[in-house]
Amino acid sequence: MIVTITINGKKESLQIEPGDMLVDTLRNAGHVEVKKGCDTGNCGVCTVLLDGKPIRSCSFLAVRAEGHEITTIQGVAEEARRFADFLNREGADQCGFCAPGFALTVIAMKRELKNPTEEEIRHYLAGNLCRCTGYESQHRAIRNYLEADHA
Amino acid sequence: MHEAPMRNAPTFSVVAHPHKKVDGEGLMLGRPAYTDDLVPSNALHVKLVRSPHAFARIKSIDATEALKLPGVACVLTWKDCPRIPITRAGQGNPEPSPHDRFILDEYVRYVGDEAAVVAAEDEATAEKAASLLKIEYEVLEPILDFEHAKDNPIIIHPEEGIHEMFPIGFEPKRNIAAAYHMEVGDVEQELAASPVRVDTVVYTQAQNHVAMEPHAAFSYLDVQGRLTIVTSTQNPWHTRRLLGLALQMPLRSIRIVKPRVGGGFGAKQHIHVEPYVALVTLKTGRPARIALTRREVFESTFTRHQMRVNIRLGADPDGTLRAIDMQVLSNTGAYGEHALTTFMVAGSKTLPLYNKVKAVRFGGDVVYTNKVSAGAFRGYGAIQGLTGLESAIDELAHKLGVSPVELRRKNMIHEGETSEVFRIMGEGTEGVAMNIESCKLEECIRRGKELIGWNDERLVWEVAPGRVHALGMAIAMQGSGIPMIDMGSARIELQDGGFFKLHVGATDIGTGSDTILAQIAAEELGVDMEDIIIHSSDTDHTPFDVGAYASSTTYVSGSAVLKAAASMRRKLIDTVAMLWNVSPEDVIYEDKAFRTVDGSRHLTLHDFSYDTLYHNGVRMQTIEVTESFSGEKSPPPYLAGFVEIELDKETGKVDVVKYVGVADVGTPINPNLAKIQIEGGLLQGIGMALYEDVRYSDKGHLLSHNLMTYAIPSREDVGSIVVELVDSYEPSGPCGAKSAGEIGIDTPPAAIANAIRNATGVRLTHLPFTPDKVLAAIKAAEGAA
Repeated sequence: MIVTITINGKKESLQIEPGDMLVDTLRNAGHVEVKKGCDTGNCGVCTVLLDGKPIRSCSFLAVRAEGHEITTIQGVAEEARRFADFLNREGADQCGFCAPGFALTVIAMKRELKNPTEEEIRHYLAGNLCRCTGYESQHRAIRNYLEADHA
Repeated sequence: MHEAPMRNAPTFSVVAHPHKKVDGEGLMLGRPAYTDDLVPSNALHVKLVRSPHAFARIKSIDATEALKLPGVACVLTWKDCPRIPITRAGQGNPEPSPHDRFILDEYVRYVGDEAAVVAAEDEATAEKAASLLKIEYEVLEPILDFEHAKDNPIIIHPEEGIHEMFPIGFEPKRNIAAAYHMEVGDVEQELAASPVRVDTVVYTQAQNHVAMEPHAAFSYLDVQGRLTIVTSTQNPWHTRRLLGLALQMPLRSIRIVKPRVGGGFGAKQHIHVEPYVALVTLKTGRPARIALTRREVFESTFTRHQMRVNIRLGADPDGTLRAIDMQVLSNTGAYGEHALTTFMVAGSKTLPLYNKVKAVRFGGDVVYTNKVSAGAFRGYGAIQGLTGLESAIDELAHKLGVSPVELRRKNMIHEGETSEVFRIMGEGTEGVAMNIESCKLEECIRRGKELIGWNDERLVWEVAPGRVHALGMAIAMQGSGIPMIDMGSARIELQDGGFFKLHVGATDIGTGSDTILAQIAAEELGVDMEDIIIHSSDTDHTPFDVGAYASSTTYVSGSAVLKAAASMRRKLIDTVAMLWNVSPEDVIYEDKAFRTVDGSRHLTLHDFSYDTLYHNGVRMQTIEVTESFSGEKSPPPYLAGFVEIELDKETGKVDVVKYVGVADVGTPINPNLAKIQIEGGLLQGIGMALYEDVRYSDKGHLLSHNLMTYAIPSREDVGSIVVELVDSYEPSGPCGAKSAGEIGIDTPPAAIANAIRNATGVRLTHLPFTPDKVLAAIKAAEGAA
């Protein structure tokens, strides 16, 4: 079957099987910036935005994206670069495999929450696992990133 | 006189600065960089058919139905593979691991063991074909309990032809993969003469690495017909060598390419996926791709070695430690990868901490069971041994009624000292004698106490009815590579425009080693970070390196880079001196330019680079150097870990409120990246202490096979992690550096066990310290009281 999905602002018609997960559809269509980590919706590396809200594309049927807007990290590249700069300055970018999904969630959080507390930040991002950093440096970067807008 | 490499310079301009990771932004933007991002579109998809039984013999495999499926390219079984015993462990040559494994075998020895290979045009067809294979098994009774494996009538490896590469105590008919024993002095006599003794046991569990990128590889035949394998590996050269043996191919016919790797922690220090894509490519001539599912990563790649660590200590009433006896039983699972070496590290990277004892003994067996194989994992034996040792030291402090901090300070190793253990115990072989030239443990402890608010009089306090906070601590050491075994190389070539190509075999697996190695080169060459273009690693195009493991990259590969950069500097000066017809001593190289001492001549590096490649007629030459380094010693980094926990006596739940790690890693080449190695290591260690457990059914089926049933710490689980690096300078290290990759993980299980002991009076013996175990221990103690 064919689904039509707007990916990063561009309408794409993609051949899928009914049981295909969105992550595979996106990767097969060349969007390899969407990573595959756990297959069970737990790790967050496959995060994309569906109409602006983060979802786990490994646990989301591609067919459900029909007619919707999907944003990968490439769709918010400018903002991602801004955030990357803060992350880089803390050395919080390690193996980088979780980075696109993590950054998308941070960007979505910034749009959704005004002046989040530390606890709210950790809760919003709890589904984005990282095995390298121990999270502390990521949070230093997030705080600086959020504060930069208030400066 | 040539300039000596920078050894004692206390100030740096590129090193010791928090430069941004060279690949950070690109990875965040999701540029195609990891193995499975780069697969050729015409690649066959490979699926492995895995054993549903913990131990079985394959009686027959019927592929008729599978092969009928349109799009199926091939089905391969043990009958299609060379009958060559190998090890999957990426280690030096000869490997200290037994060759006890075949790519595919008639026997399967754990649930998830590879039984057959299927390749098809797409992933769904490969999966369907895998399900259509009819495999008839003769199911055998497994051994699941490692304490009953030795001399069990069930023999896990009865097959002929498997062997050790050199004596490691390999006795497969007794289910022993390796064994070791050492003793300095007379431990029994010292213990008998010690007025104060403790006798403790700790069981450390199998742990999964959970690198975020699952194992992946693809292979193809290049235009010369050579087999190229792109793979998420920590050791390209070991992979090539092991594959050459496994496939009976000359090494010249194989190329291994490591793209970006999404985390390793030891998980990718083995050949898990490469042999299978290679088999398919060799069979079909087609590119072949495999990407493990997370379930497969849990079921078929390695874990940390489960161990039982028995410690006996003897001491004088004043707290002088007289003897340590460490007896260990290690579970290597179905195959003996890293069996001996992780076992030895349990002693060799812990016992030297207390170097003033009169007698020390270490020994035991590594046994086979029908569980997922154990392999390399950050901490690699040290965390198991240390959990035992540092728990016992705390018990001794309780028995003596002294401060656990002061007891350690009284007995621990200091700068300028040594330990007999260094000389006796290596990794699979004898060790190398070593004097400790940098050890700032005293400072680590002093600062750690400050940061946690340590008070010997107040190690536990109530915060609410039934809820207490408690403190605990532990100290640790690691190494910096394996001396006389690990080797790294670097090649530097001047490019037109005045920048340098730096090729290293060192394998950046996400740690930032490309960045820190470029920093070392930039420092020595007096150029900016941007002037160093680093590439790692590819067996065809970068010089040799053993790989990213054993805390070796900064120290071993970093030293190779420093040597190469120093050589390049000399070569540049020599070449310019020759062109100017002056002596090299008369040429000064500074600020990316050459000048004579008298100031009569001046040439920028930029202009020289054009001259030497385009303008100098018969004197044109590329300016290139290659250097290697192998360590004569392995200077340990150190860490003092302090934890504040909250313990709920009603539920048994333990939370880490704050973990403080103060480390001596020598000069941190990149303070940010070094610090994050420690922060990440601490959290992985906290995960092992409190949450992570590889669990099986009584039939040997893995119960913890996804991220719902195997919990790694999330960002909500731990209060705060505070890391500081103390000033330290290792004279033998590049720019004063030691390594930082593993030291962070070692202390949390012991420090948390010690905090729980302070909170409850109970010594927990079985990791992880989950609420059920904590509660049961509290209840048992109350019942006994």
